[in-house]
Amino acid sequence: MSDTTLNSSERARYLGLALPAVLLMAAFFVVPLLLVLWLSVSEPQLGLDNYREILTNPLIGRIWLTTLRVCVVTTVISVGLGYVVAYAMTVVGPRQRMAMIFCILATFSFSVLVRAFAFIVLLRTEGLLNELLLTLGVIDRPLRLLRNEIGVVIGMVHYGLPVAILALYSNLRGMNRNLMDAARGLGASGLQAFLLVYAPLTVPGILAASVLVFIYSLGFFIIPALLGGGLVVMIAEYIRVSFEETLRWGYATMLATTLVVVVFVLLAAMSRLVDLKKAFG
Amino acid sequence: MTIADSARTSERTSHALKVNGISKHYGRHVALDDVSLSIPRGQFVTLLGPSGSGKTSLLMAIAGFVSPSQGQILLDDRDITSVPPDRRNFGMVFQGYALFPNMTVEENVWFPLRVRKVSRADAQERVRASLNMVQLGHLGDRYPSQLSGGQQQRVALARALVFEPDLLLLDEPMSALDRQLRAELQWELRSLHRRLGLTFVNVTHDQEEALSMSDEIVILRSGRIEQAGKPADLYAKPQTTFVAGFLGDSNFIRGRVTASREGGFDLVAGQATIIQSGSAPRDIAGDRALVLALRPEKITVCRTRPNLANSVQGTIVDAKFQGATYHLQVMSPDLGLLSARMSPATDQAKPEVNASVWVGWNPDDAVIVRES
Repeated sequence: MSDTTLNSSERARYLGLALPAVLLMAAFFVVPLLLVLWLSVSEPQLGLDNYREILTNPLIGRIWLTTLRVCVVTTVISVGLGYVVAYAMTVVGPRQRMAMIFCILATFSFSVLVRAFAFIVLLRTEGLLNELLLTLGVIDRPLRLLRNEIGVVIGMVHYGLPVAILALYSNLRGMNRNLMDAARGLGASGLQAFLLVYAPLTVPGILAASVLVFIYSLGFFIIPALLGGGLVVMIAEYIRVSFEETLRWGYATMLATTLVVVVFVLLAAMSRLVDLKKAFG
Repeated sequence: MTIADSARTSERTSHALKVNGISKHYGRHVALDDVSLSIPRGQFVTLLGPSGSGKTSLLMAIAGFVSPSQGQILLDDRDITSVPPDRRNFGMVFQGYALFPNMTVEENVWFPLRVRKVSRADAQERVRASLNMVQLGHLGDRYPSQLSGGQQQRVALARALVFEPDLLLLDEPMSALDRQLRAELQWELRSLHRRLGLTFVNVTHDQEEALSMSDEIVILRSGRIEQAGKPADLYAKPQTTFVAGFLGDSNFIRGRVTASREGGFDLVAGQATIIQSGSAPRDIAGDRALVLALRPEKITVCRTRPNLANSVQGTIVDAKFQGATYHLQVMSPDLGLLSARMSPATDQAKPEVNASVWVGWNPDDAVIVRES
């Protein structure tokens, strides 16, 4: 934007108005981030020793691989299911839509521990789900739904789904319903109208929701720890352990830095692919 | 192409449509109330009415987007009432055009062929021809957002016609365009209709558009057909006050029949006795007033008493110069406010406000209408 219309004193005044927000961000966001960065190159001694471990320590690669796999699966399932719900929200009446939004927002109010233990009750070997399936005769041996990646994904989808729904809904509600009718009127079946007209127009929304859910799920550590039973170690959990249990702060901050870099790269990629303002309404 | 040739093609490609007593209820709201309509092949028919008259519901029922609560829709005697819109093979130009923003102009026009399993390569010639028909052959690579309103309208037309539909449906195709462009496109649509010989069904609330483009106009009101006919007939012989007022302007003269004779009768309105040709409808007898509709351009305005069968005195209360005509408002003590048009060339009376004038007309200038 050009600032030719503002003279320097006016500019100073407007910058002054932005100052409190800038200071707040600097004090509580930028400074801690720089501290983390500083720790990662100064602890235990000055240098890039911590970062060298990325190449020499195979554990980091394995943990990152697990993290990416679980997060990709979580994202695909959350966005896939979320699309269906978000689409439904655009076609139901206003009262049903309010009820749906209420239910989605309500899930945010359950603490992570409550959710995790609820899933343990549901999913464990003698849990409600296995009991039900055994009684119905669908299976003859209990399914292993805990202490593995399946359990972790189930728990994480429960978090990712509401995020995906809200992100997709803000995109889908802006769709012009006339276009679907036009496609039908020109000879397209319902499926053709959806695949050729509706779905392509929602791609920006799908991408935006995917990146959002993916970044969100990268930071999970309680759900993987509890539902994975310590067997599924993801990057956030590993950082916590390095900080709190093995007390290798330099190593932990190096891992945290890699996480921040991944998130920024993803956001940059998304902003190149889609117009962020458009994608989030 | 000779006229005989074109007549033959139109016989081959155009279809007749019949609507048999269809009704549509939305809860307690009645959108269409027992509407019957017969559209001969190759006609340009306009459904005209104010908003909420049911004209769009009727078009949507024909297109297949609205399933009627009652009644049938027949295409050449084939019942299509329950055929889904994508199987009807009707071309449609939507209000606002509904072009697909993610596709180029060419891809938009290809779309109806694409869903009919015609590959892009095979469709190319027809797509090109269709775009040339609307003079947009050079803009095939553009996206709809890069086109003007008039160009978008043409793309919508090309897209609706490229697959040789059995019928072309137009939902307020001009409503988003400015006046000059609208007039231009009206000519084009007329000539397109003549060339293709296809049956066109157009919906509009613009009476001028309806009058200038259609072979036949169907006037709807509150979900019912008020009157249907050729534009000139509808204009000259409206049957109800609604039609007389909606299609062009009309003055209404209400009075009581006092004397009847062969070929005419007398009507008393205020202190004036009006001589009217035709015969007074029987059910008007008694206390009910009879209504005459008189077009403003049928009225002669002069300084002195005109040599016409009917004349009353009045005062000009307003005069608007409209280029080709003056539009006058004349207050008559007997008949109330009368609207009249006169050409500026005639010097019968200078249209000055407050001038005292005579207005006159002949017994067959007014038509008997039903109060509605």
